[in-house]
Amino acid sequence: MNALFVLYASPLLGTLVLALFGHRPVGRNINVGFSLISFAAAAVLTVQIVEHGPLHAFDRQFFIDPLNVFLVALTALVGLTTALFSRPYMRVEEDHGRMTPGRMRLYHSLYQLFVFTMLLALTTNNLGILWVAMEAATLATVLLVSIYRTPASLEAAWKYFILCGVGIAQALFGTILLYLAASRVLGAGIDALLWTQLDQVKTALNPGIMSLAFVFLLLGYGTKVGLVPVHNWLPDAHAEGPTPISAVLSGLLLNVALYAVLRCKVLTDGALQSRFAGDLLVGFGLLSVVTAAFFLFRQKDVKRMFAYSSIEHMGLMTFAFGLGGPVANFAGLLHMTVHSLVKSAIFFAVGHAAQKAGTQIMDDIRGLLRSNPVVGWGLMAGTLAILGMPPFGVFASEFLILTTAMQQLPWATPLLLLALGVAFAAVFSRVHPMVFGNTELKRLPHPPAIVPVFVHLALGLMLGFYIPSYLTAWYEQAAKLIGG
Amino acid sequence: MSWTAWLSQILAIVLALALAPLLMGWINQCRAWLQGRRAPGIGQPYRLLHKLFHKESVIAEAASPFFRAAPYVVFGCMALACGIVPTLSTELPLSPAADAIALVGLFAVARVFISLAAMDSGTAFGSLGARREMFIGFLAEPALLAVFFTASLISQSTALTSIVENLAHKEFAIYPSLAFAGIAFCCVSFAENARVPVDNPATHLELTMIHEALILEYSGRHLALIEWAAALKLFAYSCLGIALFCPWGIAEAEDPLALLVALPALFGKMAAGGAVLALIETLSAKMRIFRVPEFLATAFLLAVIGMLVHFLLGV
Amino acid sequence: MDFDGLIPQLLNLFASAMLILAFAMLSQRRILRLIHLFTLQGLSVVGATLVVAWVTGQHHLYFSAALTLLLKAILIPWLLHKLIDRLNVRWDIETLLNIPTMMLVGIVLVIIAFNLAGPISQLSGSIARGTLGIALACVLLSFMMMITRAKAIPQVIGFLAMENALFFAATAATYGMPMVVELGIALDVLVGILILGVFMFQIREQFDSLDIRHLEKLKED
Repeated sequence: MNALFVLYASPLLGTLVLALFGHRPVGRNINVGFSLISFAAAAVLTVQIVEHGPLHAFDRQFFIDPLNVFLVALTALVGLTTALFSRPYMRVEEDHGRMTPGRMRLYHSLYQLFVFTMLLALTTNNLGILWVAMEAATLATVLLVSIYRTPASLEAAWKYFILCGVGIAQALFGTILLYLAASRVLGAGIDALLWTQLDQVKTALNPGIMSLAFVFLLLGYGTKVGLVPVHNWLPDAHAEGPTPISAVLSGLLLNVALYAVLRCKVLTDGALQSRFAGDLLVGFGLLSVVTAAFFLFRQKDVKRMFAYSSIEHMGLMTFAFGLGGPVANFAGLLHMTVHSLVKSAIFFAVGHAAQKAGTQIMDDIRGLLRSNPVVGWGLMAGTLAILGMPPFGVFASEFLILTTAMQQLPWATPLLLLALGVAFAAVFSRVHPMVFGNTELKRLPHPPAIVPVFVHLALGLMLGFYIPSYLTAWYEQAAKLIGG
Repeated sequence: MSWTAWLSQILAIVLALALAPLLMGWINQCRAWLQGRRAPGIGQPYRLLHKLFHKESVIAEAASPFFRAAPYVVFGCMALACGIVPTLSTELPLSPAADAIALVGLFAVARVFISLAAMDSGTAFGSLGARREMFIGFLAEPALLAVFFTASLISQSTALTSIVENLAHKEFAIYPSLAFAGIAFCCVSFAENARVPVDNPATHLELTMIHEALILEYSGRHLALIEWAAALKLFAYSCLGIALFCPWGIAEAEDPLALLVALPALFGKMAAGGAVLALIETLSAKMRIFRVPEFLATAFLLAVIGMLVHFLLGV
Repeated sequence: MDFDGLIPQLLNLFASAMLILAFAMLSQRRILRLIHLFTLQGLSVVGATLVVAWVTGQHHLYFSAALTLLLKAILIPWLLHKLIDRLNVRWDIETLLNIPTMMLVGIVLVIIAFNLAGPISQLSGSIARGTLGIALACVLLSFMMMITRAKAIPQVIGFLAMENALFFAATAATYGMPMVVELGIALDVLVGILILGVFMFQIREQFDSLDIRHLEKLKED
């Protein structure tokens, strides 16, 4: 309970403090400090949940169960490492004149606000608040994407705002329909939007309303997940925003949006007693994986390319959750974790590389191993990890997803394999010359933050061949929660 | 059929023939007032008709007998239309002859004849006017039909008299579908009667004129008949609007005394309607001719939405 | 006169007004009139909310109506007026499709929406059965308005109109969402419009225009 309170208070307080001091040099450290407090709170909370089971707080408006606690821990961890990464990164940006003190203040303050909205969306029990938090997350990040005020970044932010605004409006309509269905069972009032309450009566919810509601919710939150065909904002926002923001968008926001879809799917499955929701997820997931894989080939901008890779992986997770069942759900959750860790590590490495080369165009980035071997190896390892090379965790989860697909949807397996192969060829052929190859670039004035990259990669590696037993138990519980 | 029915039928036609120019005069009067001009007097259309009837009718050399016949056909159509629209009473012996759909057909017959006649003399303006007239008609007719369908859906009948009886006698209720249909009907009336947003009856500007281009070749008594028919058309449309959207006060059963109430009610509603029409005409600017399809498409759309809303809401 | 029977009809009337305004906005060419129409739409939502509040006797709906009035009918239109004054944009709106086509597509959307909502409306025992379909139709129409407009401000108005329709759906179909949620939504909308305002200045600073077609550089190639 206290840990939960700290979890909310820390980023919120951080927003206010950094709104006052974010422009000073000390702002960078304050940012790390608040992120550290959040992470500590999340760690304590996790231990509590593992020991004592699910937790309700503040008149049941907030709750922690095995499904969201692991995402809370992941969010706080990535929030912390990204804050660490952004210290030297943003200093260089300031030196390059891309960031002014005013923008730094905005950046730091909104960063904490974004983390707060993520944590709020994850821990709230109220589906209405979930919507509010998701919308607030859009609003917080939209100004972060446009922070450089370049034409391209403004365009990306505008697209992001409009597309996600429309998407999230569909989700609101879905929420309204959900409330309509719920209030027929639970009566009007705030209780009718509490997920735990709804979960208990889900079989009594009207199937007609619920199926329409789920379509809207999937379209709405799916926009934020980056599912094809409503993904257009994602590559632009990732490519044009500052790299730490690309890292948290890929590592956190997409996960949280998918989490929202999952919560709704549980209710819909209960009401419909059919594979309707699962089939929708499988369809959208498969479409996203295949489309994104082929788009990977056409990219020139390195951050854009990895953004498409995020679409591909989110599609894969959606596909896994759509298949359902204990193994697929387990694999989906594992993939969620590993993808967050590895993708943010890649963005950290890419950020340094792009900063050094002064461009994000891949053809102009060469010879990372010569100029900065650590970052070079980091990028190489991260790329191999995200492409599903053993022994990294992505391999384990992709393997599980593929084997489940073979049993349940044999026709989808060749498509998935093809997409993964195409993605491998596309990404590896681009990253290889970036890492190896010649360059005459000098080192950057501020040493890059290497620790976050390797912490993430090490965790991803660990999950590849050894998942601690409490983590396994935790995943299994969570998988059961979403209908495993 | 009782004598009251025939009385009200004859009264309706006579009244329409007599009052249609008066309505025209009243609208012009209001327009003049609103635009700060001195009005020519409310009886001006009568004086115009009188003058035209006493003039010699000049006919183009190339004109066929069709050209001479057209004004009579048009006038006949409009007079009949005025006969079947319930103005004073819903008990009209002629009305079983034609329902709402036939009424639209009647207007179409008049339109076809006047357009053919305009092309008959072979002048450029005539053909131009005919083309524009048919163009507008082809867009306006579906909209008008859709309006009638909405009203008939509510009262389960396409006969005008039963629609009016039904609407006048149901207990008061708000019909959103009728609101849509009402707006659509107004748009169609503007277009069909060549009023300002679509056509300006007061000018002979070749770029824009529609109605005036059609009748450029006519003179004398033919022109008088056509002008009278135009006034009758406006009168018929006004009566339709009143009957569909504001039917209270129309006499029904075999009650001669009800006609006494219906007559002043009709006068009042016409006067108010004419004033509103003049106000709209004063406030709006004439639109370019290629915007007219858009205007009428909107009308059609509104009427269709009216129908859809009727199905959705059940009222 | 049957007064009780009249109240749901009043709600239907407001619903129809919403629909007609959605179409009017779709076909509107001038920004200033678009803002007026948007204000009227806000007022219809307020009216509908008041009717529902009166019928169901739920007091929080009066509060919600007041909030809508303040936000949708006064504050946001005022901000929009300020914005177009400051940016000096009163030009005609360019549409990417011609207007009769948009109208026809619009009517197809209305039919789709009515069909989708039909079965659900039968189930909801609320005073106004058909309103959900109308709300859905308005959402789709606003959505279409957003994607067919080439300028920034009409897009934003489309976005806000969509929010209006959603609010209307919440009130008419479910007698209003819980208060906390409604407050949250209102706050998000307000912050959103402020951010958009800031944005438009930034866009104009960069491009000397609010034409969205300048914002099409980031393409796949």
